[in-house]
Order: sequence, then C-alpha cells, then structure tokens
Amino acid sequence: MKQDNVIIAEELSKTFGDFTAVNAISFKVKKGEIFGFLGANGAGKTTAMKMLIGISYPSSGKANVVGYDVFTQAESIKKNIGYMSQKFALYDDLTVKENIVFFGGIYGLKRSVIKVKSEALINELGLQEVANNLVSSLPLGWKQKIAFSVALLHDPKIIFLDEPTGGVDPITRRQFWEMIYKTAHNGTTVFVTTHYMDEAEYCDRVSIMVDGKIEALDTPKKLKEQFDADTMNDVFLKLARG
Amino acid sequence: MKRFIGFVKKEFYHIFRDKRSLFILFGMPIAQIMLFGFAITNEINNVEIAIFDKSKDATTQEIINKITASKYFSTNQLIENENEIESVFKKGFVKAVLIFEKDFSKKLVKENKATIQIITDATDPNTANTVTNFINSIVQKYQQEVNKDIAIAYQIIPQTRMVYNPELKSVFMFVPGVMTIILMLVSAMMTSISITREKELGTMEILLVSPLKPFQVIIGKVFPYIFLSIINAIIIIVLSIFIFNMPVQGSLFLLGLESVLFIINALSLGILISTISKTQQTAMMISLMGLMLPVILLSGFIFPVSSMPVALQVISNIIPAKWFIIILKAIMLKGVGILFIWKETLILLGMTLFFMVLSIKKYKIRLE
Repeated sequence: MKQDNVIIAEELSKTFGDFTAVNAISFKVKKGEIFGFLGANGAGKTTAMKMLIGISYPSSGKANVVGYDVFTQAESIKKNIGYMSQKFALYDDLTVKENIVFFGGIYGLKRSVIKVKSEALINELGLQEVANNLVSSLPLGWKQKIAFSVALLHDPKIIFLDEPTGGVDPITRRQFWEMIYKTAHNGTTVFVTTHYMDEAEYCDRVSIMVDGKIEALDTPKKLKEQFDADTMNDVFLKLARG
Repeated sequence: MKRFIGFVKKEFYHIFRDKRSLFILFGMPIAQIMLFGFAITNEINNVEIAIFDKSKDATTQEIINKITASKYFSTNQLIENENEIESVFKKGFVKAVLIFEKDFSKKLVKENKATIQIITDATDPNTANTVTNFINSIVQKYQQEVNKDIAIAYQIIPQTRMVYNPELKSVFMFVPGVMTIILMLVSAMMTSISITREKELGTMEILLVSPLKPFQVIIGKVFPYIFLSIINAIIIIVLSIFIFNMPVQGSLFLLGLESVLFIINALSLGILISTISKTQQTAMMISLMGLMLPVILLSGFIFPVSSMPVALQVISNIIPAKWFIIILKAIMLKGVGILFIWKETLILLGMTLFFMVLSIKKYKIRLE
C-alpha cells in the first residue's frame, strides 16, 4: 500500500429530499487502525458508512476507499472490503459450513482455498461440534463471531462493522473486541460504528457524529482531555448537549 | 459461473428446507388440478328433476323415459298437484320440474300441439340454463323420431357439433387455466417473496456489498424457480393427460417453449414486485391481489372475455395470462402450430421484455 490513509472522505454529504443525513463530513482513516465511528441513533453513521461501502451514492463531496473512488470504482472497493451489519446476516436455514462456502464463493475464492479457510475458521472459533448444524440453532453471540469471521474470509483490507455488538451480552462483547484487536493487529483496518461509549475506549481514534456532522475526531485520550471528561460517555454527553 | 452455481445451490437449500414453500411449490399444483378436475365442474350429471304429469298417457311416459334414460337426469319425484312444485324447489334437491299438460296425447293428435312446461331453479343460473337446454334437446329429438315418417312441408333442423371438446368437458377448460394460475403463482409470488426475504433479513445488503453484480444476484435467485416451474408445468400436463384425458393435439415442444416464455414473464413480474415491496408480506399481498385475481377473473379462464363490459375487455389485454390461456387452448385442443398463435406469442414476448427492462431499471444497485 503506497498511501497510509485507506479512507479519505472530503466534504461528503447525503441528502434525502430536504433532510440532510450526512452534512459535509471530512476525515481520514489510517491503515491498520481501529476507527470508531460514533453517534446517537439517527446521527447519520449508517448512511455515511453506506456511502463508503458503495451501496449508497453520495449527494456531494469526494471519498476514496482503499485507493478507489466511491463514485466510479465501487466494484473495486467491494472486492477489497468486508462488511458486517448489526443483523449478523448469515442464512439461518444453512449450516455453518454452508454459509462459509457460500460467502467464500460469492467473493470468488477457489474451492480449495475455501476448504482450508473454513477448517481454520471452525477450529479457531471452536465450532467443530456445530459446523454441520443450522445457524438458526446457534446462540446470538456465536452467530456474531461467525458473521465476523465470514466477513474476513476474503482477506479484505478494511472491514466495516455496523453496530456489531447490538443485543449481545457484555462478556461476548468483550470477546468480540478481542477478535477485532487481533484483526487490526494482522493489518486489517477496522471501521466500526457503535453507540456504546465504553467501546469507544477500545478504538485507536474515534469520530463523534451529531446531526450529520462530525463534531469531534481524535484519540479517546485526547478527546477526554479536550472536553475535560473522565469517560467517553461524558465526552459524548457534553457534545450532544452542545 | 462457479459463483453462480454456488448461489443457485444456496437457493435450493432455502427452498428444500422450508416445508411451507415446498408445499406451495408441489402440493398446491396437484391439489388444484385435482380440485378443478373433479370437484368444480360445469357439467351436469344426475340432476334431480320432478315430474308433474297431468296427462299420464303413453306419449308423456315415453318422453319421461327418454329424459331419465340420459345420464344427465334422474327422477324420483312425482308431483300430484300445483302446490307441491314450490315445496320441492324449497327443499333444494330438485333443480327442475317438468309439467305435462292435461290430455297431452289427445291434444297432439287433435291440435297437432301440446305443451311441456319446464320450471327451473335459477338460483344457479348456469345449471338452470344447461338443464333447460338439455331437456329441450331431448324433447326435440323425440319429436323428430316420431315425425320421421310424416312429411312436413317445411322444417329447419339445426345440426350442432361441438368441435375441439365434443363432450363439453369442463376439465378441458380448467387445465389451461389452472396451469396458468399455478405457473403465475409459483413464479411470481415465490420469487418476489424469496427476494424480499433477503431484504428483510439483511442478507441482501451483504450481497450488494459483495462483488456480485445485481443482475447476478437476481438471476441466481430466479433460476431455481424457472427450473421448478418447468417441473410443475410437466406435472400438470402429465396429470391432465393421464387422469383427465386432456388431449394435447399440438406439439409438446411448442407447448414447452410457450410455457417457458410464460414462466419467464411471471418471474420478471415477481422481480418487479420485489423491487417495490420491502417485506415478504407486502410482496405476497401484491402477488395475490395484483396477479391472482386478474388471472382468475379477467383472463378468460372462467368468465369469457367477450361477454365482459368493453372497459374490462380492454383491461384484460394487459394481462399476460389471457394470452397464455389462448395459446394453451390452441395448442392443446386445436392442435395448431406457431403460425396460428404467433401474435399471442409476440404479445407475451413483448410483455416479458417490458417487465424485465422495468425491473432491472427499478432494481437499484445502491439501496438508496
């Protein structure tokens, strides 16, 4: 990778009729970092993310993801990113293995590669016992981990996580963040949206969106200093109250 | 190609693991064809009639014998006075009452005419009509037999022949209709539901974020249903040939091609429905209300298009099923080739292309 920034957004906006969901946001995400994209529900996080992953056209502004332009090179972006949404969208009526094979397949991985990777994945997550069970029979926390691993199957340069820990218990959330660390350690950039402020502390840098605008962007430590707060939660409350 | 196979495989897992959709796919066609074939029928068989014979002579007896000898009617009821007529109708079993006037034979000889009154229960107009026609023709036949030796100065005898379906079997009319309904239902409803299901579950988002192109997603989702619909069409044709003796006078190959065309037409409608509905339920409602009802009511399946008000006749032209039913009847009953149905085929083809272009345009690569 020639450049150090894997995401560059400049004055990126999205409007729906009169409503401005995302209002001219600019930021850069460095290779290999865990970038927290914070905001209350409805602040525009998901909309901003959808523009970056090429399933929503920006109304104006510029954005570049892994070296490709979101307007013209969405197809190239898609090959190089992974995505996991809050719904952990696996197919419930397929087994764990079938899901892995399917998602590996749509990213064009070779059958032999899928076989090796799926075995590694199953061993790593300790899923040997349930590999041939339907996903619907698994607890939420497992589905989440599997969905995350599946999203990483094709070795994406960036993984986008849209509120990945919604509805999961604290212990599983903790374990999930360990997986995120490991992924970032292996050189994959992690772009994660969340509204859990405690999770913000785990990120290398965070941006906080309020009403479509990025109101703050820095490391959690510096943000806390800047806003004279003990926790990220306090930072957020101060920002949100304006 | 490998991606495509993987996708189709996944789609088949969905279908075969969902008992409900399996039932709709294969149980319903068989149930429907049986229902329409055996239970729902326009034919009359063993219709109960009552007889009020005021004359009781040889001629009336002969006419009564002729009528009861046919498989269409049976009589257990003899009425002795006027008041009974109303009461037998009210009981509901008797569909018609035949009244011979007094001195029937005598009048025939003396005045050269005598009357039979036919009173029918018209709560069901179709049956009443058919019953009247049948009795009429039996009486007329009898008259001809009697008069055969006597030269009448002037006589016009209409000779009717029902071609293509001489026994007036209603199955011949239902099979093309049921086939159309089932293919429409399976293809349009099932595809629109399966696409909207992915939207609901959030997997559509994952598919759109993947390098798969939207048309690959759509073709992958639709392909299994083309395959299953063809199997369905085969099941229906085989059942109707072997159980109901439905003839296929024309070429089976042409029948197959036209069916595939109609299936693709219905599938593209299904895709179109899925682009405008967000949930499976909406997709199902639109398919049922927007497709099924017009197919049943306006396609000429049950009610002849030519006797509809002009406005409805015009509307019926935009219903693909109408054209497909015309094609099916032409191939199966009349045994005609493409030369006679190229116009209908072309219309169907045009509609298919139109729906396809429309749904591809409506299907957004980017969700917003």
